[in-house]
Amino acid sequence: MSSENTSAVMTKKTSLFSKQNRRLLSDPLDDSNPITVQVLGICSALAITVQVQQAVIMSLAVLFVMIGGNVIISLLRNMIPDRIRIIVQLVIVASLVIIVDQVLKAFQPDISEKLSVFVGLIITNCIIMGRLEAFALANKPGPSFFDAIGNAMGYAWILLAVSVVREVFGSGAISLPGMGQVKFLPTNWFISEGGLYENNNLMILPPMALITVGIIIWVQRSRNQTLIEEN
Amino acid sequence: MEYLSIFVKGIFIENMIFAYFLGMCSYLAVSKTVKTANGLGLAVIFVLGITVPINYLLENYVLKEGALAWLDPSFVEIDLSFLSFIMFIAVIASMVQLVEMIVEKFAPALYGALGIFLPLIAVNCSILGGALFMQDRQYPSIGEATVFGLGSGVGWWLAIVAIAAIREKIRYSNVPAPLKGLGITFIITGLMGMAFMSFMGIEI
Repeated sequence: MSSENTSAVMTKKTSLFSKQNRRLLSDPLDDSNPITVQVLGICSALAITVQVQQAVIMSLAVLFVMIGGNVIISLLRNMIPDRIRIIVQLVIVASLVIIVDQVLKAFQPDISEKLSVFVGLIITNCIIMGRLEAFALANKPGPSFFDAIGNAMGYAWILLAVSVVREVFGSGAISLPGMGQVKFLPTNWFISEGGLYENNNLMILPPMALITVGIIIWVQRSRNQTLIEEN
Repeated sequence: MEYLSIFVKGIFIENMIFAYFLGMCSYLAVSKTVKTANGLGLAVIFVLGITVPINYLLENYVLKEGALAWLDPSFVEIDLSFLSFIMFIAVIASMVQLVEMIVEKFAPALYGALGIFLPLIAVNCSILGGALFMQDRQYPSIGEATVFGLGSGVGWWLAIVAIAAIREKIRYSNVPAPLKGLGITFIITGLMGMAFMSFMGIEI
């Protein structure tokens, strides 16, 4: 996925769903997943996975900021002096995050309350800066757009997987945006109601987020042996 | 006593890594040896101890609703808090640059020790996280904000030095191949987080 390759292909006016663009979309979902392989953007991925709805909102926010940031930086890539590029990137990302924060505060105040500082921390989310540095600065807006979608999706599915595990085992429910918490276990199964089942409260606490991601990495690397590290 | 309480809370109970996962990216990337981990940890303490009080002044005298009243009583209704993200990150980026230059000039030994870690810190989530928590928690004075910054920094340093020491040892153990490196680090961090949870509820 070298930059010369992609730009050379783009000059030949490839179709929208050419092989290269499809790879930009599909690679980050598995083989170069931003969280489990590139190790980017972990802070927010772990902190807001207590409930599925927070994870969904967070993923959408990151998707928006990534697409905006990648396309804008890619359009400006020939104008930004090399020495101040970090500041330029931070300012653009921070402006996009302010938009997200204001929209959330206006339309989803309770979720905005729960995400607290983590919306602001999208600014320093390494996925965004990492992709800006590694991809958008060297590629045209088209491929950058697909790269943003691919990486945001790779981030989103890990978030969803972790939050589903944590919420199902921790609260015995799944919460979706706009639907509230859906409890799918009958209440008389719980010990408090005379049943045998009890929610595992440890799942809601921070350490289990780390262990859940660790297990996802374990499963992924057992399937794809090429990702295994040296030590 | 208030100061001690905030300090201890920042290190153990509300640890940046184990309770909020802030700065995880550099925590995972730079924890392969104790020496580099120590350097990065010290740099984080240093930068948090400087940027949190500066952002505190910014928050209370510029950004907060009514904060500009000291300039002119008619500014009392101005609320600039929507600008706080961009202001905080600008302050952090420029402070890191400034600190880097000052340290290079006046303490070359320290500069050599911190080395490449100082510029990296501008994009470490724990620094911006410190500023945002400070804004969230509304500390009553700049002293408390500074102590909070230092405490969180020490907590972060403790976490990264501890994991680096464990990773140095675990290199010689027989970890399942797919878990090597990143996977086992996540799981160990989770176990350390559980251990740190035993500090919950301590009040000083």
